[in-house]
Amino acid sequence: MAPASRRREVDARLAATVREERGRLVASLVRILGDWDVAEELVQEALVAALQTWPRDGLPERPGAWLLTVARRRALDRLRRDARYRDRLAQIGDELQLMDTRADETGGPMGSDDRLRLLFTCCHPALSLEAQVALTLRTVAGLETPAVARAFLVPEATVAQRIVRAKRKIRDAGIPYRVPEPAELPGRLAGVLSVLYLVFNEGYLASSGEAPERRELCTDAAWLASLLARLMPDEPEVLGLLALMRLHLARADARFAADGALVLLPGQDRGLWDHAEIARAVELLERSLRMDRPGPYQVQAAILACHATAASYAETDWGEVVALYDRLLQMTDSPIVALNRALALAERDGAQPALEALEPLEWRLAGYHLYHASRAMLLRRLGRLDEATDADRRALARTDNPAEQRLLAERLASR
Amino acid sequence: MRYMMLICDNGAWEPLSEEENRALYGRIASWWDEHRQAGRIVEGHQLQPPDTATTVRRAPDGNVTVTDGPFLEAKEVVGGYGIIDVADLDAAIALASGWPAPDTIEIRPVIE
Repeated sequence: MAPASRRREVDARLAATVREERGRLVASLVRILGDWDVAEELVQEALVAALQTWPRDGLPERPGAWLLTVARRRALDRLRRDARYRDRLAQIGDELQLMDTRADETGGPMGSDDRLRLLFTCCHPALSLEAQVALTLRTVAGLETPAVARAFLVPEATVAQRIVRAKRKIRDAGIPYRVPEPAELPGRLAGVLSVLYLVFNEGYLASSGEAPERRELCTDAAWLASLLARLMPDEPEVLGLLALMRLHLARADARFAADGALVLLPGQDRGLWDHAEIARAVELLERSLRMDRPGPYQVQAAILACHATAASYAETDWGEVVALYDRLLQMTDSPIVALNRALALAERDGAQPALEALEPLEWRLAGYHLYHASRAMLLRRLGRLDEATDADRRALARTDNPAEQRLLAERLASR
Repeated sequence: MRYMMLICDNGAWEPLSEEENRALYGRIASWWDEHRQAGRIVEGHQLQPPDTATTVRRAPDGNVTVTDGPFLEAKEVVGGYGIIDVADLDAAIALASGWPAPDTIEIRPVIE
């Protein structure tokens, strides 16, 4: 094989392997060593060794096992040199060997429990939400700190500091490295899901002109959700969230025109949607619904499924969409959900009742650009054009998103 | 691990009748005894109200001033404390979650 194409193949395989194996290795080493920084450094060293060796010698048959062997050897070298581990060296050595034994049982280098431990610890409610997000992306998804910073539009030093502080709190406040007990699990799982959904939404709101790291947050979040779904296949809300993300991603190509302009749902070319992926996501959603433990992510995915499987905007089952929003409102009492319900109501019953449904939301949503943009849309339909322009101006003043700003500015200019 | 539980009155107390008050203090006492006997509570006390507090400030030059009242003017006032000894933060959270009164509890690890 020519060196260049071999290099490309190694790069692609390495990227896939890193994503899958890195978190796995870090998770097990954190458990065994009890030190997050040392665990991450050892895995980093193993990855660097792979980058040096694989392009020269070709890819190993089981890249995960290869990385494990290197990480374990380096861990033992390091522990022997470090006085802090002297008393526990024998025990740690045994546990490092066990990492290997389990490889034969599970087919992968390690059992999956450690990654669950890692995820639940990163999303512990005793950490700030920003810290939970940064730590999860850095440690479980393996994003480098600068990439996390670019994705969230904050300085790199801020992200680094959040991660350092979070690790310090985990150590000093005694946050345990474990999956919560069954009694605590529903609340703690909801916390993990909300972190993953927040990451997804950050990426979803990014416009096509922004840094790729920002848009890739969607796929990072979907990967984390699919990992969680593999580890907890009997939790319907996990499957619901994964279905929700996939139903968004399957239609992502239609959201922006060739020139980068945002295209809203009614105007999207449904031919650009990935209908096979939509079908798979709907199947996943149906699997979660059969477990008969409803929750907000399943309902949101069901709403998206209505849109994603409709032949056209006009042929959407708006009655079902409104009913699902009603269900969601009972679960969440969110004004944003009420806003979306009003928009579905506009399609089912007309603009006037929808406008009336928006009115009681104003005191909670006056600062939210989509509240004003939605009002503008309904007012336009009712022919109240001056009021519509006012509402669009308010919306424009309240969004920082370049694609949304452009859409609103064009709308204002065209009247 | 040892943690300090700072038990703060967060203003969520409804005025209680004397009888309800006695019942609540009874629940607090039996909760405390249960965890103390199990070794989860090392020690602790209820404190007199903040208007009994005296603040002593020592300046870098060694000068000492004594003033009346608590040093923090806060809506939430510390009404008691406990030193607890449990496995980890989750165990501390679980313990604090069982506190029988509508209070806010701050959990801080103790440096040992």
